[in-house]
Amino acid sequence: MVEAHSNDLLIGVLALQGDFKEHINMLVDSGADAIEVRTYNELESVDGLIIPGGESTTIARLLIAYDLMDLLRFKINLSFPVWGTCAGAILLADSAPDLDRPTIGGIPMTIKRNAFGTQVDSFETDLQFLDLEGGDYHAVFIRAPLITDIAADVEVAACLSNGEIVAVINKNLMATCFHPEITEDTRLHRKFIELVTNYKIKKSSKV
Amino acid sequence: MTTDKNSNSNEGEHLTATMSVKVGLAQMLKGGVIMDVTTAEEAKVAEEAGAVSVMALERVPADIRAQGGVARMSSIDMIREIQDAVTIPVMAKARIGHFVEAQILDAMGIDYIDESEVLTPADDQNHIEKTSFRAPFVCGCRNLGEALRRIAEGASMIRTKGEAGTGDIVEAVRHMRELWGGIRMISNMTEEELPSAAKNLQAPLGLVREVKKLQRLPVVNFSAGGVATPADAALMMQLGADGVFVGSGIFKSDDPERTAAAIVKAVTHYQDPVSLVEASEGLGEPMRGVATANFSEDQQLSVRGN
Repeated sequence: MVEAHSNDLLIGVLALQGDFKEHINMLVDSGADAIEVRTYNELESVDGLIIPGGESTTIARLLIAYDLMDLLRFKINLSFPVWGTCAGAILLADSAPDLDRPTIGGIPMTIKRNAFGTQVDSFETDLQFLDLEGGDYHAVFIRAPLITDIAADVEVAACLSNGEIVAVINKNLMATCFHPEITEDTRLHRKFIELVTNYKIKKSSKV
Repeated sequence: MTTDKNSNSNEGEHLTATMSVKVGLAQMLKGGVIMDVTTAEEAKVAEEAGAVSVMALERVPADIRAQGGVARMSSIDMIREIQDAVTIPVMAKARIGHFVEAQILDAMGIDYIDESEVLTPADDQNHIEKTSFRAPFVCGCRNLGEALRRIAEGASMIRTKGEAGTGDIVEAVRHMRELWGGIRMISNMTEEELPSAAKNLQAPLGLVREVKKLQRLPVVNFSAGGVATPADAALMMQLGADGVFVGSGIFKSDDPERTAAAIVKAVTHYQDPVSLVEASEGLGEPMRGVATANFSEDQQLSVRGN
């Protein structure tokens, strides 16, 4: 396990809308430096990005309105690490047929919005998460999406007990249909920090 | 939007409608604007402008004020039309204490129920017991005590009341300052001072302790009642709101589409005056509004429910 060094790693949380403050708190609790990202320059300054839960329609619209969409796609192509939770997972999918605007994309998968019905059908449950030490992960699903199809090289990271996919990892990208930021379990945030650290090491060794 | 339950999901081991789920639902609205809409077309304008949710209403508060009469839960047909028109969450209002209106909204699969002082109260003593509903509730408050009483009844989201339908921000500011003043007071108290504070606030001691621990409300808090311009919205964000409700301010303005997008921008970039300039330029006239300073008690909607 690679330790995160807070003085040389800066992780951004997309702060256009949603529960970005909770992600910031989780990152700080996990030993990373974190900033809210709303502008082009802020996005340029970070080593990795979390796209929080919120309204995917709203965030997708604001990414274009505030000129962040092209830069984000460009960076993702260059292996920039991004983790999307719930709305963020929808935005990382190459295909979200029921979102009425384009996603950011990056993960070759299809995702279905509000897959469990309206929010009165939101729920909590325990999951086994790929390579996560310390036992089951207690996941909170809120108006959650469901990953309905993935390309062969995308790694499944967690499923519901009936086999439906709710988390994937695809190289530099992570997507979870649930909300680790509103629990007190920082294990997935630490996992993402590890991903960002590895990316940064790889990037600096290329120079 | 479908209300069908997913038959594939293994319901047996899933905990639904827990308090953490309900509070979490409201978390996802943070940093967003919730807009009052009266038709499916307005709902689409709101969604396109970047609203995080719409409030389905038969009349915006400014019209309720102007026209008088009894204001009730909106018609089922109108709410359904709006639910069908957008993919963002749809909220609807029930009268204070009218638990049957709330039951009906819950059964329709509405995303949030607003037990609202904007409608004519159905019970002048009691609010709805909200914990037994599947849908989360949002309720208004003017100060910390009122907020904690609503949370104790099961509200999972709070909005400061302001004075709806006026376009005058002064009451919204007053209520937000009162609320945060109360939170700061509690945060600075010693443990042994809390029981007496709870008594004075007329709020449960457990929740008062939680406020001290968190140094904020245990649920999301939006601002409502009086926001008419991007500057008003950013003002409420800088005063500590998690997001903003805009009622009459959008569809009573000259250019609802631009005003809606401008207020969304002001809420996202509330700390950046340059963005606020961009959000504010070229908007045309905001809603005309009515100053609240000389309101008699029966003109004040915010005194309803306590």
